[in-house]
Amino acid sequence: MLKYTEDHEWLKQDGDEIVVGITAHASEQLGDVVFIELPEVGREVEAGEEIVVIESVKAASDIVAPVAGVITAVNEALPDAPGAVNEDPLAAWFFRIKPASADLSGFMDEAGYQALIG
Amino acid sequence: MAELRRTMLYDLHLSRGAKMVPFAGWEMPVQYPMGVLNEHLHTRSHAGLFDVSHMGQVILRGPGAAEALEGLVPADIVGLAEGRQRYGLFTNDAGGILDDLMIANKGDHLLLVVNAACAEQDIAHLRQLEARGISVEPVTDRGLLALQGPEAEAVLARLVPGVAAMRFMDVAEFDWQGATLWLSRSGYTGEDGFEISVPGDRVVAFAEALLAEPEVAPIGLGARDSLRLEAGMPLYGHDMDGSTLPGEAGLGWSIPKARRAGGARAGGFPGADPILRELAAGPVRSRMGLRPEGRAPIREGVEIFDAAEGGTAIGTVCSGGFGPSVGGPVAMAILPAGLAPGATLWAELRGKRIPVAVTPLPFHNPSYKR
Repeated sequence: MLKYTEDHEWLKQDGDEIVVGITAHASEQLGDVVFIELPEVGREVEAGEEIVVIESVKAASDIVAPVAGVITAVNEALPDAPGAVNEDPLAAWFFRIKPASADLSGFMDEAGYQALIG
Repeated sequence: MAELRRTMLYDLHLSRGAKMVPFAGWEMPVQYPMGVLNEHLHTRSHAGLFDVSHMGQVILRGPGAAEALEGLVPADIVGLAEGRQRYGLFTNDAGGILDDLMIANKGDHLLLVVNAACAEQDIAHLRQLEARGISVEPVTDRGLLALQGPEAEAVLARLVPGVAAMRFMDVAEFDWQGATLWLSRSGYTGEDGFEISVPGDRVVAFAEALLAEPEVAPIGLGARDSLRLEAGMPLYGHDMDGSTLPGEAGLGWSIPKARRAGGARAGGFPGADPILRELAAGPVRSRMGLRPEGRAPIREGVEIFDAAEGGTAIGTVCSGGFGPSVGGPVAMAILPAGLAPGATLWAELRGKRIPVAVTPLPFHNPSYKR
């Protein structure tokens, strides 16, 4: 089951890792994505640290690490095909992170996220 | 903040699912559900319909209107033939640019189209011509549309027979179901196309008639900006302002020999001394194109350096973004003149220096029907 952050990221628990992407709502707000810069695999990150640069035709923004941990993989296809984020935001994952703590209970579920974006 | 103004097409934009944003005091569509990228590409391959009713339309009427306007605009207006249009600049005493505009000779009057953000100031500026017996008449009862793209001619000719005979920068009046359209074959996208002034009570019907044609999609300001950027066209307030000399802005071409030193009607416009001095000596700085390496857009405000590390900031990006037809980022900056095409400079982006190649403008070659 997916969890959501207030920064409009979706989180999917997969074993002891979390897969991270952005929501359909976020991709609609951004508009056509034209550039993505991913973090290095193996990087240790803090919760809230800006680790992905994402630029649309309109503006630049960041994606933050939802939790503290280590980046274990990135979606290397994404920088060459950034439009995938608009086409299928749930398939277009950005990175996998092995969190210091595996507890995602503090994040919103689908109903909570829908209430957030109204 | 003052209430945002709405064009006559406001409800049409909403009905088409437009996302509306404030722009120059107006509430305008920035994009439709198609999205900026596809709207841009649609305009380059088919035909895009833009609402540009926020721009100012002004009529100048009276004997000697062309001579009088040459006192404010360093262009050849006296020599502008009836049925033709020309690009020009309002200049200030320091030689900077107050606005850019289109001037059409419609026989018994001149029709000017000015930027929305500057319209009020431009009209006040023009009112000084009233002392010379020229009437200054802002047109407030018409909407303004732009139909742009390689299929614009075929589409418009279906509704308004005869327009195919017009050539780039021609102006003419045509009848559409009893409404008098003011047409010019021009635009702001680098594509062939038309700007069409329509009586206010018919503009929605005319826009709907165009949108009913299979080639036509409504296009917002987002794609308008990327289209004009690829076409190397400057945007007032970004690529030029009251402190930019025409030569610096890359607009020296709009000032013909007749208005330059030694010409038949040399000078006689605000800022003539610094402007003509700059044109005679050649500009010290000039607006140029930049192609950044990689995919990261280099946007307005990014500093340009002459070295990969250290060095000096030699300019700032005035317009920049992703060029959908180019398939990568494109930018413009005012930089020291004489940089060779292909020369490498560096843009400082998020603390990193990105190589950028100096590139002649435009990035995308226009398809005007000359």
